[in-house]
Amino acid sequence: MKKLLSKFFQKYFLRLFKKKKDLKLGLYGPPNAGKTTLANRICQDWLGEDMGTVSNVAHETREIQIKEKIVIKSGKKELTFNLVDTPGIATKIDYEDFMKVGMKEKAAKERAKEATKGVIDSIKWLDEVNSVIVVLDATEDPYSQVNITIIGNLVARDIPVLVVGNKIDLKKANLERLKSAFPQYEVIGISAKKGDNIKKFYDTLFKVVK
Amino acid sequence: MLTLQIVPYSDLHSLSSVGRIRKLLNLAKQDKLILVQGRLKKEEEAELIKATMEEINKDFKGIELAVIETMSGKSSGFDKFRNGLFNMMMGNRQGLTIIGPANIVKKIKKDPKNLQIIIEEESGKRRRKKRSS
Repeated sequence: MKKLLSKFFQKYFLRLFKKKKDLKLGLYGPPNAGKTTLANRICQDWLGEDMGTVSNVAHETREIQIKEKIVIKSGKKELTFNLVDTPGIATKIDYEDFMKVGMKEKAAKERAKEATKGVIDSIKWLDEVNSVIVVLDATEDPYSQVNITIIGNLVARDIPVLVVGNKIDLKKANLERLKSAFPQYEVIGISAKKGDNIKKFYDTLFKVVK
Repeated sequence: MLTLQIVPYSDLHSLSSVGRIRKLLNLAKQDKLILVQGRLKKEEEAELIKATMEEINKDFKGIELAVIETMSGKSSGFDKFRNGLFNMMMGNRQGLTIIGPANIVKKIKKDPKNLQIIIEEESGKRRRKKRSS
């Protein structure tokens, strides 16, 4: 009973004050879905600067990155938040995969070690964010358990979710498959790299974020 | 040789969340493909991923994980309520959870109706198992 009351207190009462103080908008998803590319797009659009480095090699972002006080506008509406870019969540990390793309063994092992820590930090941060954009690669299989686990955990924590299908500029992208995998969520297709559909993305963000 | 270990719901039910995660992870580290009756809680799935990351080393590269739900997304509200109530009282024993060590299970491909476990053998040859839900 005590545990239950404590959980209720943490979930509703503390969150009430947390929200008023600062809204933390998290970017979650598997590695290489384009979370940092989207973070850079948002930061460039509203702050005129980048947030982090991007790369074709998975697990480029291995630490939580935060950009504070981003103000976005849509008509007369305004939304202020701290943007939290998280390392991609994966169930396996093999340093040999990094060596296959030309990395030296020592660097590959170091990257793998940092990547595992990054995944742990991302999961820990699920308790810190108030709203989340789940960034998925629209060219990949949407039914991966990582995607389902991330979204399931956000729902279990009562965190509003916007699902973004990124890379719609690529031929292989299949937004309909993504929508049918997550029919109960708002799913929007974008190209964070090229800026396709970004205005609609911001409009939808206003609807989803609380 | 690949070992398939079936874990009935009764084996996990009496354990704490940490105990459940440890048991499954230890089996995966023994290079076993695990078929679990039922599914973990959402929070436990996240904890399993976290615990997996803490264990990754030269020999253990992580896991492949998939869950097959028995209830379709098109179930009626009453069905969802009934199943929710059943799960609350009896625990979530519906569905199947498949966990495999990443050095053996190359990939689990899933769509709503089918699941394919793609296994990498030492010889480099691939063997495919197909399971329908």
